[in-house]
Amino acid sequence: MQTFAIIAVLLALSALGYRLGRGRAMAAAGGDAHLLHSLPSYYGSYVALWSAIPALILVAVWLTLEPGIVRWLVIESLPPDARNLAPERLGLLMNDIRNLAHGDAISQEADPATIAAADRYAYLRGIGTTAMVAVAMAIAVAGLAFGRRAINVHMRARVSVERVINIILLVASSLAILTTVGIVLSLLFEAIRFFDLVSPVEFLFGLQWSPQTAIRADQVGSSGTFGAVPIFAGTLLITAIAMAVAVPVGLYSAIYMSEYAGPRFRSVVKPMLEILAGIPTVVYGFFAALTVAPFVRSTGAFLGLDVASESALAAGFVMGIMIIPFVSSLSDDVINAVPQTLRDGAYALGATKSETIRQVIVPAALPGIVGSILLAVSRAIGETMIVVMAAGLAANLTANPIEAVTTVTVQIVTLLVGDQEFESAKTLAAFALGLVLFFVTLMLNVVALWVVRKYREKYD
Amino acid sequence: MNDMTAIYTPETVKLAESAPTSPPAVVRAQGVGVFYDEKQALKDVSIDIRKGEVTALIGPSGCGKSTFLRCVNRMNDTIDNCRVVGRIEIDGLDIYGKEIDVVQLRARVGMVFQKPNPFPKSIYDNIAYGPRIHGVAVNRAEMDELVEASLGRAGLWDEVKDRLDAPGTGLSGGQQQRLCIARAIAVNPDIILMDEPCSALDPIATARIEELIDELREKFTIVIVTHNMQQAARVSQRTAFFHLGELVEQGDTETIFTNPSDERTQGYITGRFG
Amino acid sequence: MTDAPPDSQAPARNGQAARIRARYRAEKRFRAYGLIAIVVALTTLVLLIGSIVFRGHSAFVQTHIALDIRFDRAVIDPKGSRDPDSLRGANYTGLARAALRDRFPVGSNRRDKRALYKLISNDAGHTLREMVLADPSLIGTTRRVWFKSSADVDSFTKGQIPRNVPESERKINDKQIAWLDALTADGALEIRFNTTFFTTADSREPEQAGIWGAAVGSFFTLVVCLALSFPLGVMAAIYLEEFAPRNRFTDLIEININNLAAVPSIIFGLLGLAVLLNFFNLPRSVPLVGGIVLALMTLPTIIIASRAALAAVPPSIREGALGMGASPLQVVTHHVLPLAMPGILTGTIIGMAQALGETAPLLMIGMVAFIVDVPQTFADPATVLPVQIFLWADAPERAFVEKTSAAIMVLLAFLVAMNLLAVILRKKFERRW
Repeated sequence: MQTFAIIAVLLALSALGYRLGRGRAMAAAGGDAHLLHSLPSYYGSYVALWSAIPALILVAVWLTLEPGIVRWLVIESLPPDARNLAPERLGLLMNDIRNLAHGDAISQEADPATIAAADRYAYLRGIGTTAMVAVAMAIAVAGLAFGRRAINVHMRARVSVERVINIILLVASSLAILTTVGIVLSLLFEAIRFFDLVSPVEFLFGLQWSPQTAIRADQVGSSGTFGAVPIFAGTLLITAIAMAVAVPVGLYSAIYMSEYAGPRFRSVVKPMLEILAGIPTVVYGFFAALTVAPFVRSTGAFLGLDVASESALAAGFVMGIMIIPFVSSLSDDVINAVPQTLRDGAYALGATKSETIRQVIVPAALPGIVGSILLAVSRAIGETMIVVMAAGLAANLTANPIEAVTTVTVQIVTLLVGDQEFESAKTLAAFALGLVLFFVTLMLNVVALWVVRKYREKYD
Repeated sequence: MNDMTAIYTPETVKLAESAPTSPPAVVRAQGVGVFYDEKQALKDVSIDIRKGEVTALIGPSGCGKSTFLRCVNRMNDTIDNCRVVGRIEIDGLDIYGKEIDVVQLRARVGMVFQKPNPFPKSIYDNIAYGPRIHGVAVNRAEMDELVEASLGRAGLWDEVKDRLDAPGTGLSGGQQQRLCIARAIAVNPDIILMDEPCSALDPIATARIEELIDELREKFTIVIVTHNMQQAARVSQRTAFFHLGELVEQGDTETIFTNPSDERTQGYITGRFG
Repeated sequence: MTDAPPDSQAPARNGQAARIRARYRAEKRFRAYGLIAIVVALTTLVLLIGSIVFRGHSAFVQTHIALDIRFDRAVIDPKGSRDPDSLRGANYTGLARAALRDRFPVGSNRRDKRALYKLISNDAGHTLREMVLADPSLIGTTRRVWFKSSADVDSFTKGQIPRNVPESERKINDKQIAWLDALTADGALEIRFNTTFFTTADSREPEQAGIWGAAVGSFFTLVVCLALSFPLGVMAAIYLEEFAPRNRFTDLIEININNLAAVPSIIFGLLGLAVLLNFFNLPRSVPLVGGIVLALMTLPTIIIASRAALAAVPPSIREGALGMGASPLQVVTHHVLPLAMPGILTGTIIGMAQALGETAPLLMIGMVAFIVDVPQTFADPATVLPVQIFLWADAPERAFVEKTSAAIMVLLAFLVAMNLLAVILRKKFERRW
């Protein structure tokens, strides 16, 4: 891409600046590096930074703003009837213009206005790129010259360079906040647009989920009901089944490994349980759809039950298996952290091992165990591929595990995958669901981490 | 690793049913040695603990007193690389014999540890735990009585009778240790082993516990490990001096402290080392 | 032995013995539960891997059929000009079909002819075209050429379609079986290693489908992810661990990172969709965008692992360096970072392994399209291995089941390799302070 080329050139320029800066520093010191405040390389870096950073910032800002500005200019140049189109249609038109400019296929016959607009678009993009390159180069060269001029024997290059690097490190750290802000804002933004079309009350409390919206105004079957309660219920059902599998198996495994097993057993079994956590969820989904679901179905048939081929039981069971390491690893850690003196106290009273574990150790480790279970629940709620491949698509409000239900993540995928017009209530519903998912998992994680931290304070 | 839950066999049942009710409880150790991997921590210890007496084990740190103490209730079983040789008899039974049930042994031989270790449960539940698992009290009324009796005997009842539901970990250090003693008493053992019970406490709490030990002597046989010679002289009737993993000398407390026969004992008591 | 409560004696003694028995039984049960739990977990793991391997191992070989092809000059190059365009446009499929008819004359029955043509893959014509374009001297000769068989024939040869069911219940009819038996007897039917699987991209026909396209897409995506997340993650870890003052802002950053590590991956997909595709108008389904999304996801993991590695370097080393007059930044770059590098790399490799297996966020940014070309650059439409598995898992043709399983085996092999690398790194370079 062109952008790579531009960035490469700028980097090359700053490398040149490095060498010039170094040379200049050595020259200023008459060849004797000891006279300089900092190592010569710092002077080089100083010039390189002055050359690269302003130019790169310019390129980043330009690339961000240019598409929007060009789009605005092109729309201004359209004939009035095109300019006043409804937002979705305008978006479609802009897509066509863009595609035409790139030489790709478009959705309908190209009329002269569109072709003209496409030409203008290409022209503006071309000018924009050229201008950006020119300005960036100019700034880079100016920076280089400025930096080089500032070099003298007394200049504290290392201090300046390190200050810049510190700022860069700080910016890198802030990226985490930026990501969270980005997530919240983007979800919120789209969800608010959704709630303009569908009331939050209907969404959060409605019992009918049937997200069909009209593509044309007169289309039949265009009622859309967006009551998400069946979806929430489905998520809870599958999560409950998963936890019913993962908590006993995970907890008992952790207890056995930390209290009963010998070191050799532990060193073999613990990694094997970790493997369960490393298998991609798409593999679990395939296993669930191809092996577990038919098995559950035929077992059900054998018992005289009518089990759906996408039963919550199959999906929940496989998800439970995936979650076992989350429960067992964390529980193992907290059980090991219980002080030996507590165990000694119980043994000295004549308690058997199981009595000690059940009545002294597990209650003492309970906050940590609860924290690990909450984290596991959060993982189960947010899991996507297993349920996409093994659970159903139709919203079904039930507590019966042999029926098919759908979950929040399945709906998000179904609503967004495929050719969707981005503005319709259908696709925006996915963002509303995503917002709910984000906040629920956030709450669970915050509570879980707080619980685990409080527990750790008690024993440290 | 010695599994602390020894295999339950019918013999143990027979022992429980056929043993006479009250011969004098005597701990007799003969030639006891303890190895951690290849390193020998205790060599050839032979000692008698008499019923109704307080026996003090003294000696400089690291000389094996606590190690020996932990042999008597087989707490060393919980340490992976620990091996015990020799013979320890309680009431004539070799406690390391194959037919011995460790769980029952520990109900007969209680232990109080150096650092108080109350369970993170309520005071009531701390005391009730032992009786509950051994089935000593059958209903709530009996348990209440037992808790009150144990706390009373440990001298803690008046202080905590209004807050039996409060967590045991919320008491002061001295109170926690008395709680642990009450807990050990509640299962009605014959022998109580105390591993430096006062070393984590202030002088006033220490004094209270020494008083307690004296009172407990009426009903229990007590073996106490201490590095505080004055304490040993105050509370015990018999004393044994350990040094570098060996039992150097044992005898009446008065004799040991005024006229020891071994010069190592003499050296320790006069403060020349340790 | 006085194990009775203070007041009662003989009756309690019997009860006591029974109680002890019950307690030991409970002990045994409890221990058994623990072992059973572990056995259940491991058995499921074995079942999972076993079923995948069982279904997938046959995909590594493929049936091939040999036919004697007459490179008929009249069909390929009627004007005799050897003009590349006319060579390209000739009806090579017809040549293949003619060879089949020569071998097994079926007259004019259309159903029989269709069944006959369905013995070999429909890219036969493409194979012949490539041969002729590469070597025009073939025109006019007769050669024995090996073709991939069709997917149904492949399934039949591997025993996945049984012979002994009624004809209406299988996809290979009796006549086809007879032909195949004849070919086998002549040595014209072989099962060979399936190079197609490893060298081609996706296709509608199972026998022509391969994972190379997805593998290259995964590679590009991971490169972008690594290039973004590793420097940023390490820099953030250095700042937070070594330089950050303890104030509300840095606390906020820490809380954020811990939370981001636990956010469901699909949320990152939504973020990518809303911001990267709709706001920045980046192209859909390209490794560049996929890499950015995965980088955002992997960043918290790398930061947390790097912080742990940095924190494990003892303060004495830092003090020693400071005592020599190094600036704090120099202490970090010259001393702490090199010592923490093995731990940082281990954490990064594990993060990359997780990113390799991610599917949901990439579905959100459009990587669910049917891509038949192998991507050449970071901005070409591509798919990744887990998404390819997802798409094939949905495909109706039965032959895709073995391909999906084989693709899973390849993915797992990569993951095992990466995790082993991380473990070896850790064992070899990590120092115990």
